Amino acid sequence: MNKMDNHPLRRSRAFLTVFLKEVRENLRDRRTLTSAFLMGPLLTPLLFVMIITVTINRELDKAEQPLKVPVIGAQYAPNLLGALEAGGVVPQPALADPERAVRDQQADLVLRIAPDYPKAWRKGEPVQVELIYDSSQRDSSTPVERVTRLVEGYSRQQGAMRLIARGLSPALGTPVVVAKRDQATAQSRAVLMFNMLPYLFVLTIFIGGMYLAIDLTAGERERQSLEPLFANPVPRWKIFLGKLAAICAFSTASLVICLVAFSVVGGFIPTEKLGMEVHLGASFALYVLLLQLPLIVLLGALQSMVAAFAKSYREAQTYLSVLMMVPILPSIALMVMPLKPQNWMYAVPLLGQHLGILDLVRGEGVAAVPLALCLAGTSLAALLVTLVTMQLYRSERLAISG
Amino acid sequence: MIEVKDLHKAFGAVKAVDGVSFTARDGEITGLLGPNGAGKTTTLRMLYTLMTPDRGQVLIDGVDAATDALTVRRRLGVLPDARGLYKRLTARENIDYFAHLQGLPDDEVRSRRDALIEALDMADIADRRTEGFSQGQRVKTAIARALVHDPRNVILDEPTNGLDVMATRALRQFMLKLKAEGRCVLFSSHIMQEVAALCDRIVVIAHGRVVADETPDALRAQTGEANLEEAFVKLIGSEEGLAA
Repeated sequence: MNKMDNHPLRRSRAFLTVFLKEVRENLRDRRTLTSAFLMGPLLTPLLFVMIITVTINRELDKAEQPLKVPVIGAQYAPNLLGALEAGGVVPQPALADPERAVRDQQADLVLRIAPDYPKAWRKGEPVQVELIYDSSQRDSSTPVERVTRLVEGYSRQQGAMRLIARGLSPALGTPVVVAKRDQATAQSRAVLMFNMLPYLFVLTIFIGGMYLAIDLTAGERERQSLEPLFANPVPRWKIFLGKLAAICAFSTASLVICLVAFSVVGGFIPTEKLGMEVHLGASFALYVLLLQLPLIVLLGALQSMVAAFAKSYREAQTYLSVLMMVPILPSIALMVMPLKPQNWMYAVPLLGQHLGILDLVRGEGVAAVPLALCLAGTSLAALLVTLVTMQLYRSERLAISG
Repeated sequence: MIEVKDLHKAFGAVKAVDGVSFTARDGEITGLLGPNGAGKTTTLRMLYTLMTPDRGQVLIDGVDAATDALTVRRRLGVLPDARGLYKRLTARENIDYFAHLQGLPDDEVRSRRDALIEALDMADIADRRTEGFSQGQRVKTAIARALVHDPRNVILDEPTNGLDVMATRALRQFMLKLKAEGRCVLFSSHIMQEVAALCDRIVVIAHGRVVADETPDALRAQTGEANLEEAFVKLIGSEEGLAA
């Protein structure tokens, strides 16, 4: 009894208390654990490596594999056929209705040689061969290019021979020649393929913290435990900061697992087949982590803010699924309108991380000024969103579930 | 001591609390009696600073809730209408969490928690996760959590809601013990007998206003009804929302 009022100067370490309790409680939740430490961080690297490997192998296979092409009127142009066969085309028997066969995807493309081919050929007139294909079919463009290239090659060769036969130089027929000088290095070619890598990292962070963010605001409100919690002599903003720290701890752990996984499975990407060089080692991982740190806070605060608006767990889940689409915007924007990276772009959250990670993949490293801008810009945004959410936590409505 | 002066709170056009004043003294049990929807929970929520009154004043041991909410919360033990336990934590962990938020030093956390587990007879459930607890076990845990910092003033919102006879009896004994320790106990209820059996003073609320503030005996005398339930019906003017 005498003790009852004699403790005015008790110091509560509320931030730490809330943080530790939320971490402990959520470590006991199987769904949070699987999504934060298994699904999110491991699925994305695996998926990424699989897609890249399949893409690379498919491109390579296509160039080497024999290409089966039904040919109509093969008997009119045996020499052309010979040239095509030399280029890896395997002529197939003619089809009755080639247009339909292509539309029904029974054939990728069909070559048609008109019956007047031999007559025109002998007269020295240009002759037409038709390629029938459907460009809306995903697989058609590579074979079409390949056959076109072979036919044009044959045509140039025959043209040159005709000129020589008439005592003229074949050079007369080609007044201008294009010489391609590709300035891409092995690393910069890799960048095209790795364009989605930054988004995958953001996604991992997002998924890592998502269940916590929902549980700690909307979930706690739904279970009606916010009301007793707020009856404690702790300012609400301290409680929020403890919760935010717990969210960030989980999403950081998620990202670290993801980066470790990447440095392991990254070795299996057959980049050398395309003459690329990609570094997904320890220094890459550390730089990515550094770039993403302020973004982790920003996303955690943003998730808490959105979840605080929701009346129930389910509602929060719906809102956050929509929010998950937002980080993909910079990736898409850069694909649609490839901008030259300017320094100010690094200060824009998400965009800055995107550019920075691509710099890393390119093997150039991030320069000091863009790096500083990226960290400062995102930190500022994180601070703002945190302050807004702290304000939101003061609302009377937040604590009351009924 | 809890002093409430002319509290008002409206949600939109609905006046949930419309001029409530009363005093709950130390060493007494004060009952806040009223039908469902009378404004009891809203009044209590303003007492423990979850809500801000539109008008009026709340003093806890003379401290104004509007200017020093943290001190007020330190002096209150609150069992809200929403019990809200953390189901992935054990009963003991639930209690410790609030003890730490109250800022108790570690040795005090241990001694207070163990004393409450003993007093509430919950040693057998202390190390079980609260998921799957019965209503009675949940209320016990929530009360232990609310009282872990040894508050002089105790606010209980419908504490016996959903409890069986044995649990209700045990809880009444516990409330009498709190009173004997000299604390100020304020609880809300819509159940007549409960209030009559326990309270030194009854504050009857209907439609957001105090319609009576008396001892049980004075209440009977005032309404001219020997039966307290009849007195209650007469006071609130209807039988609406009344559960015996």
